Amino acid sequence: MSGPAISTRGVTRDFKAGQQTITVLHGIDLDVRAGELTFLVGESGSGKTTLISIMCGILWPTEGEVEVFGTDIYDLSDDALVDFRLQNIGFIFQQYNLIPSIDAASNAAVPLIAQGMDRHEAREKAVAMLEKLNIGDQAAKLPNQLSGGQQQRVAIARALVHEPRLVVCDEPTAALDAASGRRVMDLLREVAVAEDRACIIVTHDNRIFDMADRILVLEDGKVTHDGKHMPEDH
Amino acid sequence: MIWIAIRMLTGDAQKFFGLVFGIAFSTLLITQQLTIFVNLLERGASGVYNVSSADVWVMDPVSRTTDVAYAMPSTALDKVRGVPGVEWAVPHIRAQASVRTKDGDLEGVAVIGVDDATLIGLPRNMVEGSVDVLSQPDSVIIDDVGMTRMFPGQSPIGERLELNDQRAVIRGIADAIPSFTSTVVLYTKYSQALNYVPGTRNRLSFVLVGAENPAEAKALSELIEQETGLKAQTREEFARDGVDFIIENTGIPLNFGITVALGFIVGVAIVGLTFSLFIRDNIKQFGALKAIGVTNGKIRKMVAAQAGLVGLIGYGLGVLGTVGFISAFSSDPTFKGFYIPWQIPIISLVAVTLILALTGWLALRSVLKTEPAAVFR
Ligand SMILES: Nc1ncnc2c1ncn2[C@@H]1O[C@H](COP(=O)(O)OP(=O)(O)O)[C@@H](O)[C@H]1O
Ligand SMILES: [Mg+2]
Repeated sequence: MSGPAISTRGVTRDFKAGQQTITVLHGIDLDVRAGELTFLVGESGSGKTTLISIMCGILWPTEGEVEVFGTDIYDLSDDALVDFRLQNIGFIFQQYNLIPSIDAASNAAVPLIAQGMDRHEAREKAVAMLEKLNIGDQAAKLPNQLSGGQQQRVAIARALVHEPRLVVCDEPTAALDAASGRRVMDLLREVAVAEDRACIIVTHDNRIFDMADRILVLEDGKVTHDGKHMPEDH
Repeated sequence: MIWIAIRMLTGDAQKFFGLVFGIAFSTLLITQQLTIFVNLLERGASGVYNVSSADVWVMDPVSRTTDVAYAMPSTALDKVRGVPGVEWAVPHIRAQASVRTKDGDLEGVAVIGVDDATLIGLPRNMVEGSVDVLSQPDSVIIDDVGMTRMFPGQSPIGERLELNDQRAVIRGIADAIPSFTSTVVLYTKYSQALNYVPGTRNRLSFVLVGAENPAEAKALSELIEQETGLKAQTREEFARDGVDFIIENTGIPLNFGITVALGFIVGVAIVGLTFSLFIRDNIKQFGALKAIGVTNGKIRKMVAAQAGLVGLIGYGLGVLGTVGFISAFSSDPTFKGFYIPWQIPIISLVAVTLILALTGWLALRSVLKTEPAAVFR
């Protein structure tokens, strides 16, 4: 794999709050490599969610450029950007946002269906992914018949079913106890980290910091640390 | 994605049925009320429709409808017969009379006198008895709807009536389209009718004309007007006059218009509210779909599919309901001959489409405005 999976250059982002404008990100220059589990860490309000949203093509930067696997994504037309996400990015939302009236396998199959794959074929692939995540036997259940942990696995299956090259995940362990949190991280490492795939996890959960390949610390909209471990003073 | 859209909607049974109910209710109200309205209006032309063989109606220039007519001198008949292109012309009398029934009730009736020789002017079909009964003395034929009003639950055949102090015996029942007011109608011969209608000098209400060439009825009517100085209307024109008279002289168009508008407004309210609630409940899911990679164009199609499904089912139920209503009441004399003109289901389809387009568009706006980035909040 040549070049970084994601590279940001001079990314800033402002938000209008009433009369005043607050700058949440200050000129972020960053490369994210494929084949690693990258953590984006920082205090609440430091701009992690804003940065990851910009990196995965759902939030426009006020200034700067973002390349994902060599494509300048904010140079694309609106519809082309949507399609780029559909083909290349897997999302794991904090609130899983599953569709309540279709079963687990169909929920996991949504990206494939959106890509235009036949519904039954898509469902088969989704069942295989659910099996990989050890919930194959829950495939035909509706989301509200599943436990929270099972729902999260369905959400993970949905993020991976179309084999995206970039997987983004916001606070996956926030609602879990320590042991479950570590199990989910093990699972993500197993299924989401690959030679040609980048995986970014936003978290401020210090119980799992040791599981990262690389930790980026964000403070007040600036990257203040980049390494395998957290800095001493944290 | 359409499949997902449909499942999202049908999975929420409460809102799904709410939407279908809203559309069905609007469709029913609009279709049913318009049907009754049109059929009632057409009753204004029943006097014309009941005499299907007349191509042209000739009358005094001030006469307006079959029931609002000013009598002419009997010489009018010969004048009309002298116009070229007239194959036949017969006298026709229509007048009001009061009838005293056996029980001593007084009832206003319409007396229609038809040509003695040809009996032109009678409705085409009889429910009971034959038109020949008019050759017996004092005979009258009653219309079927009037009969149910004057003689509820009993046969009127052989009943004696006192018609402006003259004796009349009911000897037949005609299959007639009731008038707008459902007034009882008694048919008799022209010569007999002159006895029943109090004597003024002029009593000829209309001259009914058969054209040598029925396709040229319009030209013939103009020629008759030129030659006689009377007013002549083709069957279609005169039917239209009867309908217009009701439109101009009753509150019916306004009343029905208000009900139809209410059907539309209630539809917009129920459907709009339910649709918005449904979208709001699913806004997170729509946001997730947008982030994952569903374009606004596809989202539009999804919401359109949801609206289309609701519209199809609701509209079908509403039209079925109207058909059911009309057929359930078809034996009721008030609704005799009621039918659903094909234009009416189309009008309600347009109304339903408008309701769904309007409410769907309102609901859709919030989805389209949702930032995909909101899914990480
Ligand atoms: N849509 C928005 N409008 C206004 N302010 C926002 C918006 N999104 C984020 N912010 C602000 O940006 C800052 C960073 O937010 P966020 O990226 O969510 O941080 P984190 O994920 O690290 O907690 C916060 O102060 C937040 O209030
Ligand atoms: Mg956050």
